[in-house]
Amino acid sequence: MAVTRIDCDIHPAVGGTRTTLLPYLDDHWKEQVVSRAIDGLDLTSYPPNMPLSGRPDWRPKGGKPGSDLGMVQKGAFDQLGASHAICNVLYGAQAVYDPYMASAFCKAINDWIAAEWLSADSRLRASIVVPMQAPDLAVEEIERRAGDSRFVSILVLAQGETLLGRRHFWPVYQAAEKYQLPLAIHAGSAYRFAPSSIGWPSHRYEYYFVEAQAFQAQILSLIYEGVFGKFPNLKVVLMESGVTWLPAFMWRANKTWRGVRVEVPWVEREPALIIRDHIRVTMQPFDAPPDRTGVEDVVDQIGSDKMFLFASDYPHWQFDGDDAIPPHLPQHIVSRMCVDNPLETFPRLKLAA
Amino acid sequence: MARHVVARTSEIPPGGNKVVDIEGRDIVVFHVNGAFFALLNRCPHEGAPPDKAACVARLTSPEPGVYNRSRVGEMLRCPWHGWEFDMRDGQSWFDPKRFKVRSYPVVVESGEELVEGMAKGPYVAETFPVVVEDSYVIVET
Amino acid sequence: MSDVIDRPILEKEATAATRLRIVDCDIHPSLHSRADLNEFLPKRWQEHLKTYGDHLRTPYIGTTPYPRSSPIICRRDAWPPTGGPPGSDLAFMRKQHLDPYDVEFGILQVLDLFIFSQQNLEFGAAIQRAINEWQLAFWAHRDPRLRASILVGQDDTVAALAEIDRCARTGEYIQINISPRANEPLGRRRYWPIYERAQELGLPLGIHVGGYGGHAPTGGGWPSYYCEEHQSNAHTMAAQLASLVIEGVPERFPALKIVFIEGGFGWIASAMWRMDQHFARFRSEVPHLKRRPSEYVKEHFWFTTQPIDEPDEAKHLRQLIEWVGIERLLFSSDYPHWDYDDARFAFKTPLTEVERKKIFSTNARAVYKL
Repeated sequence: MAVTRIDCDIHPAVGGTRTTLLPYLDDHWKEQVVSRAIDGLDLTSYPPNMPLSGRPDWRPKGGKPGSDLGMVQKGAFDQLGASHAICNVLYGAQAVYDPYMASAFCKAINDWIAAEWLSADSRLRASIVVPMQAPDLAVEEIERRAGDSRFVSILVLAQGETLLGRRHFWPVYQAAEKYQLPLAIHAGSAYRFAPSSIGWPSHRYEYYFVEAQAFQAQILSLIYEGVFGKFPNLKVVLMESGVTWLPAFMWRANKTWRGVRVEVPWVEREPALIIRDHIRVTMQPFDAPPDRTGVEDVVDQIGSDKMFLFASDYPHWQFDGDDAIPPHLPQHIVSRMCVDNPLETFPRLKLAA
Repeated sequence: MARHVVARTSEIPPGGNKVVDIEGRDIVVFHVNGAFFALLNRCPHEGAPPDKAACVARLTSPEPGVYNRSRVGEMLRCPWHGWEFDMRDGQSWFDPKRFKVRSYPVVVESGEELVEGMAKGPYVAETFPVVVEDSYVIVET
Repeated sequence: MSDVIDRPILEKEATAATRLRIVDCDIHPSLHSRADLNEFLPKRWQEHLKTYGDHLRTPYIGTTPYPRSSPIICRRDAWPPTGGPPGSDLAFMRKQHLDPYDVEFGILQVLDLFIFSQQNLEFGAAIQRAINEWQLAFWAHRDPRLRASILVGQDDTVAALAEIDRCARTGEYIQINISPRANEPLGRRRYWPIYERAQELGLPLGIHVGGYGGHAPTGGGWPSYYCEEHQSNAHTMAAQLASLVIEGVPERFPALKIVFIEGGFGWIASAMWRMDQHFARFRSEVPHLKRRPSEYVKEHFWFTTQPIDEPDEAKHLRQLIEWVGIERLLFSSDYPHWDYDDARFAFKTPLTEVERKKIFSTNARAVYKL
């Protein structure tokens, strides 16, 4: 299959722990899940019936959006025109408090996606879902998948238990760098904290909005904790983060660093340069200005055509129609974002262009 | 080039500074690690006065948690936004090519040299009474 | 951006022809000592202040959780020669800031004792009253350029309303201030009585960064560094903009003016675009909203300009200004804090005389009825 367009963010859905994942649990966890009825781990971030969670034409009858392989194939490949797609499973395994349960469920998700999706369609790839609750167990899971090149990245939530730059996560990034797996930070929360510094919002609309700020805090953490100095080959992908907040964010980070550098002397370059080198971002949602000039100006302000990655965010309802590319994007961005940038960002894709 | 006598060396203790007016410009003279340095007393960012800067070590680091200090007291952290400048040449840390504070050459001469070596001038001596027994800081603009 | 400023220092940068008297929407006076509040405090609370003191959701008694990059977050040249912390000496404030910058009106923002976040609500109520009276006695009455704000702890609505009414009766306060790091997002209904009163009184609602609401500065936990926490102030303001708009505060209180102070303005455009982008998708969750979020922002919110954004290219700053709208911007210096903006040099992009006048004067005069 020739590679013409790589969709970096689609969402196969786990039907349930007691259903989809059960075959992939060991005897102990099978018994726990069945006898204690452990299920219903859809993240609070994405209630399946809310409009954003699934475009109406992408909802199977009697099933969660993204739960039907055939429908996903039709949507992502036939309708939206991707030649390949990266599966990012959002399910509550990453939010589980018991680290061993988290580890078992993450393993089950990865086994399931490999067996029932990646093996069923050679155009599909996946992120490794890992239990960041216990970084050593996350490293074990990475080691388990390292030999399977269909796994091309590591998936973590934008809001976890501690900010991602912290030292205790560094073994995860060491493994990521070793196996050429970018760290994919995806919108979603483990709800350990209020989703933002202002407290717990009433509406999901507010929650979704503040995800953008959560991503920004994660980038600052990764930069200032020195992760990119320690792991110079590590790339980080922001998935479903929004794009247009980037320029003002980068400038403010530069402004702060220039004056407070003494706190973090291991950060040897200004944050905007580090961001352009190490951070990549999927295009849906884009959060665009209302006109072409505005879009061009924001792209100019971001200052790099390597950062953008094509993604539909299927089956999340980010746009109508068949064109997942945000309107008004300059051609030099569009031409890089569908193939070149994804291939550079996810080296394990190893697809001939 | 004009030479301006701006202070007796004894006026500016180590770690201290003095601000002088030279031809309408405020110039700050620092004394650190046995030497004197002169800078325009105005940060290129938003005009803050470096004479109130924190004088700190040059700080680098090979990795998180390691703090390497050198040239203690020779880096200025601007009193407003904290931009770091090298006292010796006024260059900023974060972008030495594009951002710097104007710096001026400084020499120290004894009163004797000054009194006898008037040919080294022209120098502005009327702002400063010179006696042969003292040493003087001279800023060249 | 000029990299070397070499010309002789002038006392006032502007020539007489272009001289502009400015409104500075964010000046921080500080207590010379806590004992200065005693004349405004009943004995019981004088004692309490000395003994139990602050009770804030933060690890330390004597300092902020994240140590600042300069002593007590201030400019190093702002310490008055007479002693006391920066901002505590009116004569020095006049000499260093109000006079040379030709400040026509300076709007006071008091952060001392962080009344908005005091866990002991009775103590908080006593302190807020004392601080509000101190603003008049020590500042506004001594220099007519300085204008006081009614500071109220938003998490005790009853006490807040009583203090608002008490202060409003004097006619000497120009806005009502609450904190953006409160127990709950400011859009939540429990705070609406404050907004209702502000609207009734015709006073803007001022929201200045800072506070200890008990939540981590980020949705993903606690940062390690001041570098991170400092920038989180902008994130807090963005989140509050969304909360206020989406919960329907401007919809419910259409005459209420809301001023965001010390959040800067670079983030606003993308916040508006993001809210608008997802409005259709979440429309059914928020049927009370009659208009697009960006419309509410452009009619009900103003933003002080400090800390100004510093892109490498002047045209990018210009774009940020145009996207949020010249009408929305109110100049602020944040004197005497370290990331202060100098009125002469902060805007590193050309502004027309009309634009400069709006940002530095007439917008604020309209919002605050000066």
